Amino acid sequence: MKQIKLDSIQSLFKALSATRTLYLPVDTPAGADFKKYEDGVLWSGALNPNRSAKDFFFPQTENMVDFKVEGKTIEIIEPTRPDEDFVVFGVRACDARSFELLDKVFLCDPVDTYYQNRREHGVIVTVCCNKPAETCFCTNFGIDPTAPGGDVACWQDDDTLYLQANTKAGEALLNSVADVLAEADDSAADSVKETVKAIMAKLPIQNLDLSAFTEDNLLNLFGSEQWKKLSEACLGCGTCTFVCPTCQCYDIKDFDTGHGIKRFRCWDSCMYSEFTRCAHGNPRLSQVERFRQRFMHKLVYFPANNNGDFSCVGCGRCLAKCPISMNIVKVIKALGGANK
Amino acid sequence: MQVEKKEFKPTIVAFCCNWCSYAGADLSGTNRLNYPANVKIIRVPCSCRVNPMFVLRAFQRGADGVIICGCHPGDCHYTTGNYYARRRMTLLFSMLDFLGIERDRTRLEWVSAAEGAKFAATMNDFVETVTKLGENKRLEDLRCKKQ
Amino acid sequence: MQEAMIKRAKELLTDGTVNRVLGWQKGGVAYDATPAVFDSAEALEQGFVYDDFTAANLSKYLVKETKNEGKVLVFLKPCDTYSLNQLTKEHRVNRDNVYVIGVGCDGKADVEKLRAQGMDGILGITAEGDNFVVETLYGNKTVAKADVLAERCVVCKSRKLMTYDEILGEDGEVIDSNRFDMVEQLENMTSDQRYAFWQNELSRCIRCNACRNVCPACTCEKCVFDNVNSGVANTAAADSFEEKLFHVIRAFHVAGRCTDCGECSRVCPQGIPLHLLNRKFIKDINELYGEYQAGEDTDSRGPLTNFTYDDCEPSIVHERGVE
Repeated sequence: MKQIKLDSIQSLFKALSATRTLYLPVDTPAGADFKKYEDGVLWSGALNPNRSAKDFFFPQTENMVDFKVEGKTIEIIEPTRPDEDFVVFGVRACDARSFELLDKVFLCDPVDTYYQNRREHGVIVTVCCNKPAETCFCTNFGIDPTAPGGDVACWQDDDTLYLQANTKAGEALLNSVADVLAEADDSAADSVKETVKAIMAKLPIQNLDLSAFTEDNLLNLFGSEQWKKLSEACLGCGTCTFVCPTCQCYDIKDFDTGHGIKRFRCWDSCMYSEFTRCAHGNPRLSQVERFRQRFMHKLVYFPANNNGDFSCVGCGRCLAKCPISMNIVKVIKALGGANK
Repeated sequence: MQVEKKEFKPTIVAFCCNWCSYAGADLSGTNRLNYPANVKIIRVPCSCRVNPMFVLRAFQRGADGVIICGCHPGDCHYTTGNYYARRRMTLLFSMLDFLGIERDRTRLEWVSAAEGAKFAATMNDFVETVTKLGENKRLEDLRCKKQ
Repeated sequence: MQEAMIKRAKELLTDGTVNRVLGWQKGGVAYDATPAVFDSAEALEQGFVYDDFTAANLSKYLVKETKNEGKVLVFLKPCDTYSLNQLTKEHRVNRDNVYVIGVGCDGKADVEKLRAQGMDGILGITAEGDNFVVETLYGNKTVAKADVLAERCVVCKSRKLMTYDEILGEDGEVIDSNRFDMVEQLENMTSDQRYAFWQNELSRCIRCNACRNVCPACTCEKCVFDNVNSGVANTAAADSFEEKLFHVIRAFHVAGRCTDCGECSRVCPQGIPLHLLNRKFIKDINELYGEYQAGEDTDSRGPLTNFTYDDCEPSIVHERGVE
């Protein structure tokens, strides 16, 4: 394990950004946001930025291919793939798990080469949460915030940051900045872990009953009378899907530039009326069906196809951001456990 | 070798009402009055047909300035259309100004079917104003720029 | 207040005046109530909540609710009653199908402001006089209500109920508020500064459409931004132009109809001050066409569906501009 004093953390950021681009959470008047590190930029102490870290690997819009039309010929122009190496610092355990879930979607056959390319160029440095919020419920999904994933994991106490490599890429990263780091005892971060574990035990939504969300129970859940009530107030906006670290639906569109075509993809939301529009019409005509789809996908369909892994990491962003405060926890409470 | 700097010629979109301003543009043509060729006229049934979206999308698609021309107040073919247009465009132009878009890129003028000379003079003046401002950068869509 | 509301709602359900109640369903934490319809006394007793955090403007739900059979009881704050009037004027809500209980209001709290004051891990909030006692994972804290008032309530324009069938609590007065201060500040900047300001704000937009969907003035059956044939439908801004396009058109479409209820800024997950765009239109309308408050009545002509022969010309934008 390595360590660095927090008052000299800028030297770590300088060293990290010397050879690669460094992104880290930065405080803004509207909450924390991942920003590019430049001299003097300060690391935010916020628990989680407004937007999740999935943006680094799956940006909201991404060019896929350009077409140039001249006379009767169509020239196909492949966009240049980003090839900058980058580090994302300050990712929490929940967001770090979201990458594993996104990998299952994008890196299975056929591989999404756009996503793969970004994954190969990025190194993730996670930091143990030291002030979990009431909206946190990651432990329900087997995530231990005191042992965050990513390539390098960090723990922070009052004056020191402890760093430990989880992967080869993480080791290489730590070696490249070895100059600014000091050695630390492997148990140096134990007291931090204990403190955080004690707080985690007091969180209000740590023991959700997920036992009802099984493949066998699919039809019961799908046909549940509760969806109507749960979705009643849903505005049909895309806030929950866009702040979610695991939502990965997108739409591919062609934009006519007047002198060619740009084919790009952009995030889409199952909460939107046009999400399922296709040649024959639209199979999900009301918000009840759209709402049901989102939660059935996260809690039933996805686990059924991925060894039981739920497509939620409990980061709590949708709890904090939903305009009408309807969220996955309320859905789990209504449909899970005793209600199955 | 000295490369000659290309002179900036703005693209101007002019929404002209069918009954007055379009006829005014026609008249300025038949009178052989000059106005710059970079003014692209789009004929609309009435100045109040111009939706704010038209103005914004003209900028998106490469316009450096947008001008709306209609019948003089009181002369609207549909009696009152231009009065509504006047309020709408006032608020729209004010909003664009509020967003920091140069206010000289937008204009509204009343041009009657008999005012061929006014049409040419208005266009000359508007093109000159926009030329001074230079390329539209603040309301551009980078995807639509020709590389 | 909550007890009085439940009591009155139960009476109206029992005597058959209404067959359901639109209010708020209690959430898991102190601040996360969800708008909900209650159809029985038991449901009301179990879940109905009304407190300093039930901030949603319920009037938009009436567009859907009044299409159903029977009368619905709704609890509206003063600012919500403006929205209801406007919706009635536009024939989007059938006023005959609504029984409005106007609820006196002295401002709602914003949980984000609590968080901004360092109150992380909120477990419970209790109102005690002019203060909130906030129980958090990291200890109990007391904060003055006035310090965590939602921004829109700080500059509240009116505590007067515009339409109601009966009142609970006390009706207030129209307030001479300073809600246009920020707009004025922006107007006095140079256009470069304004551009930089909005570029920074709007670039954060994730196009979740929450501002549009929550807006009581946005009630089109099909929005142009959802219409794939319009050429502007997109689920994300692929160019910074599209951010401006969306927000200018959104604000323009509600110009003259926006009651300034502030829901757009309340729901924005990215904290963009969208109400400033709407307020700019309101301020312009007031200055150029005479004072107008949307939702004050149900029969006057809106400023954009009206005109006078001697309205100013658009060139006024140049004349009064700074710089």
